[in-house]
Amino acid sequence: MRVWRVALLVAGKDLRIERRSRVVTNQIVPFAAVTMVMFAFALDADVVLQRVAPGLVWLATLFSMLVLVQRAYAIETDDGGLDALRVAGVDPAALFLGKALALAVQLAVLEVILLGTAVVLYGAEIRLEGGVLLVTTLITATCGLAVVGTLYGGLAAGFRGRETLLPLLVLPVVAPVLIGATRAVESALGTAGAVVSEGWPWVGLLTVFAVAFGVGGTLAFGPLIDE
Amino acid sequence: MDDAGFIIGSYAITFAAIAIFAWTTIRRGRKLAQQVPPEEQYWT
Amino acid sequence: MTETQTPPGATTGPDRSRRPGTGTTATRVLGILALVAVAWLVAFGLGFSPADRDQEESVRILYVHVPTIWVAYVAFVVTAICSGLYMFTKNHALGFDRAAGASAEIGVLFVALTLVVGALWGRLTWGVFWQWDARLTTTALLFVTYIGYLAVRRLGGSHHQRARRSAVIGMLAVLLIPLVHWSVRLWRSLHQEATVLRTDGQVKMDGLMLFSLFVGVVAFALIYVWLMLHRTRVMALEDALDDHGLEAALAARRAEGEN
Repeated sequence: MRVWRVALLVAGKDLRIERRSRVVTNQIVPFAAVTMVMFAFALDADVVLQRVAPGLVWLATLFSMLVLVQRAYAIETDDGGLDALRVAGVDPAALFLGKALALAVQLAVLEVILLGTAVVLYGAEIRLEGGVLLVTTLITATCGLAVVGTLYGGLAAGFRGRETLLPLLVLPVVAPVLIGATRAVESALGTAGAVVSEGWPWVGLLTVFAVAFGVGGTLAFGPLIDE
Repeated sequence: MDDAGFIIGSYAITFAAIAIFAWTTIRRGRKLAQQVPPEEQYWT
Repeated sequence: MTETQTPPGATTGPDRSRRPGTGTTATRVLGILALVAVAWLVAFGLGFSPADRDQEESVRILYVHVPTIWVAYVAFVVTAICSGLYMFTKNHALGFDRAAGASAEIGVLFVALTLVVGALWGRLTWGVFWQWDARLTTTALLFVTYIGYLAVRRLGGSHHQRARRSAVIGMLAVLLIPLVHWSVRLWRSLHQEATVLRTDGQVKMDGLMLFSLFVGVVAFALIYVWLMLHRTRVMALEDALDDHGLEAALAARRAEGEN
C-alpha cells in the first residue's frame, strides 16, 4: 500500500506542475482541437465525418498523447528530477504508477473535450443506453494508453532524437487500443447502426491490454531508468 | 506469361536482399577485425 | 581492397597472415550448405513442384513467402529469449544482448521480404497488392514494432544501458504480438486459412509441394543461422571497437607525432 501512497504523491506533483504551467490548457487542448478541424477539412463531407467521428477522436487523442508524454518527461529530465527521485529512494514501481496516473487524468480530460468537439463539429450523437459502455471504454482505453506512454516515454527520456523515436515506438504498440476503443465508442454512440452489445468484447480487449502493459511496465520501469 | 515475372521476381528479390545483407555484414566484419585485437575475437 | 596499407590501430603480429574476418570453418561449411539448400529450393520451387489446382503457377511464391515468415517468427522468439537471458541471469552477459539484436535484425529483414513477396503474390491471386486483413495487418505492425526495437538499440549510452533498454522492448514486443493479432482478427479477416500449421494436425497439401516447402524452410533456417553467427560476431567487434576505439585512436595519434 505504501507504493500507492507514493504513486499518488508523484501523480499529484505532476498534475500540480501541469496546472501551474498551463501548457495543457493553453497548447495541448488547442492542438487537439485544431487536429479535429483539420480532419474535417481533409474528409470534407458531413456523412463521412459522422461515420468516422469515434476514430478521429481517438486519433487526435493519440497525437496529443505523444506531446503529453514528451512533456511529462521533459519536466523531469531538464533538471535531473528523475535522478533526484531515484536517489531519494522512490520505488520505481510507484514512480511509474504515479506518472501513469497523472497522464491518465490529463488524457481523460482531453478525451472528454474531444468527444464534445466531435458532437459539436461532426454531429456525433451520444445516446443514453450506450452511456455505461462509453464511460467504461474511456476508462480502460485511457489506462492502457497511459501505461504505454509512461513506459516508452521513460525509455526514450533524456536521449537525443527522442521526439522522433517516441511516435515510432508508441504508435504500433497502441494500435490495438485505437482499434478497440474506436469500435467500442462506435457501438456506444450507435454509429452506422452499431448496437451496444457489440462493444463489450472490445472493452475486454482494452482491459487485457491495460493490465498486461500495466504489470509489464511496473516490473520493467526500475531496470529502465536505473542507469 | 504474365505471372512468371512476378514469381521469378519474388525469388530474385528475396535472395538479392539476403545477399546484400550478408555481403555488408562480411565486409564490415573483415574491416573491423583488423582494428580489434585477436584476443577479443572469441571465435578464432 | 588493397592489403598493403595498414589501417590505424591495426594489430600487427604473426596473426596478420590469416584472413581476418568473422568466418570460421564452421560458418564456411554452414554457408556452403545454405547455398546448396537455396539451389535445391530454386530447383524444386520453380521447377519440379506441380502447379496448384486453384492458384496455378503462382503457388510457387509460397515456398519463399511461408518459410521467411516462419523463420522471422523464430528470430523474434530468439530475440525475446536472449533478452530474458540477459535480464534474468546473474552476470548479465552482453553476448545475449548481441544475439538478441542480431536475431531481430535478421527477423526484420525476413519480415520485410515476406511483406514484399506477399504483396506480389497478392497482386497475382487477389488482384491487389495489399488487403486490410488480419494477418497482413498484424505482420505490418510486427515489422514496425521491431524497427522500433532496432532504433532503441541505436539510442546510445553504455553497452549495458543499451542491453537493458532493448531487452525490455524485446520482451514487451512478444507480449504485444498476440494482443495485436487478437485485435486485428476481431477487426476483420480475409487471408486464406493456414494450410500447414493447422491445429487439428491434418496437413492438406500435395506431397511434392509439401516437400518443396520443407526445402524452403531448411534453406532459410540455414541462412538464418549463418547470418546470426556473422552478425553477432560483427556486433562483438563493434562493441570491442567502442571500448578500445579511443585508446587505439590516441595510440595512432602518438605514433604519428613521433615520426
